[in-house]
Amino acid sequence: MCGVCGCGTDGVAINKPNQEHNHNHDGHSHVHDGHSHDHSHSHGKTIIDLEKDILSHNNIEAARNRGYFEAKNIFTLNLVSSPGSGKTSILETTLKDLKEELNFYVIEGDQQTLNDADRIDALNVPVIQVNTGKGCHLESDMIYDAVKQLKPKENSILMIENVGNLVCPSMFDLGEQKRVVIISITEGEDKPIKYPDMFDSADICIINKMDLLPHLNFDLAKLKNYAMQVNHHLQFFEVSATTGEGMDKWYNWLKKELENNKIKNT
Amino acid sequence: MHELSIAMGIIKIAEEETKKANKTAVELIEIEIGSMAGVELDSLHYVWKTAVKNTVLENAKLEIDYKEGRAKCLECDTTYKVNKAYDNCPKCKSYFKNILQGKELRIKILEVI
Repeated sequence: MCGVCGCGTDGVAINKPNQEHNHNHDGHSHVHDGHSHDHSHSHGKTIIDLEKDILSHNNIEAARNRGYFEAKNIFTLNLVSSPGSGKTSILETTLKDLKEELNFYVIEGDQQTLNDADRIDALNVPVIQVNTGKGCHLESDMIYDAVKQLKPKENSILMIENVGNLVCPSMFDLGEQKRVVIISITEGEDKPIKYPDMFDSADICIINKMDLLPHLNFDLAKLKNYAMQVNHHLQFFEVSATTGEGMDKWYNWLKKELENNKIKNT
Repeated sequence: MHELSIAMGIIKIAEEETKKANKTAVELIEIEIGSMAGVELDSLHYVWKTAVKNTVLENAKLEIDYKEGRAKCLECDTTYKVNKAYDNCPKCKSYFKNILQGKELRIKILEVI
């Protein structure tokens, strides 16, 4: 299409006033005062054969974050779940129990409020809150900016608590080493097949609120079976952040992975 | 509604490529989306018109090449159609599979003017 008069298409022509132009085309011509020019042109169309991943920007930034974490030996976890499954409570209990032993840093992701960051800050663990506003997930450039402010030290653990949402965060790599999906037994057993992308992209699955099991009609085997159908690599931890039950196994995993991470990065 | 983020990702790439080619607008954009890429086409269409306003894509024709999911069974090598991540092999019923197609999420072609 001619970029000036819009001819050559059946679309809308947009012209600025007081700007004269003239050209001849096959099919029509128009001449007017001011100037004239004859040309044949191929309408200047360029086809770009792109084949580019739509999430490439996020993936590049995530790779950049991951490189930084590896260089500084910062073991980074991305905690994902639906709202209310107990991500912050698990984090609080973990920090309370292990903060004397290990160096923790936390990035909290929520649409609004500093509430979660305040809970972590009360434990004297360095924390940054990312408020996504209308956004439903964290993206890698938000982590990049948050890390610059948080300045995590070498040989530490960075916990990123994503926005409570079992759909969108699954698509956005933040540069983490492991993704942890949390589900509580007050939710349905079929969450893994209702939201398969999240369970498919996770490395471990923490099942929270196990202290409520005697009071609920929840089939644990069914949950695990559904989750394994989606991702047979998933490793399960059954915990209660409230009573502390089962948390030791999760801590052992964390320490072991931290050690593996150190070996890998040296 | 991560489809808005997807749309913004598309716009960012289209703006960069159009500028690189010394052009001002995109006439046609062809996108490849797999059935298991985690994108709802209805939601993408819903946000598209608002998202592309005042960008190089404002008047672009959006063409979506939708790819069906296909997987190869790790137990018996059967190739089969998958709609969901937990679909199993129709022959041996195993859930272990390699996804061959259906995770695509990329811009194939831009026609810039």
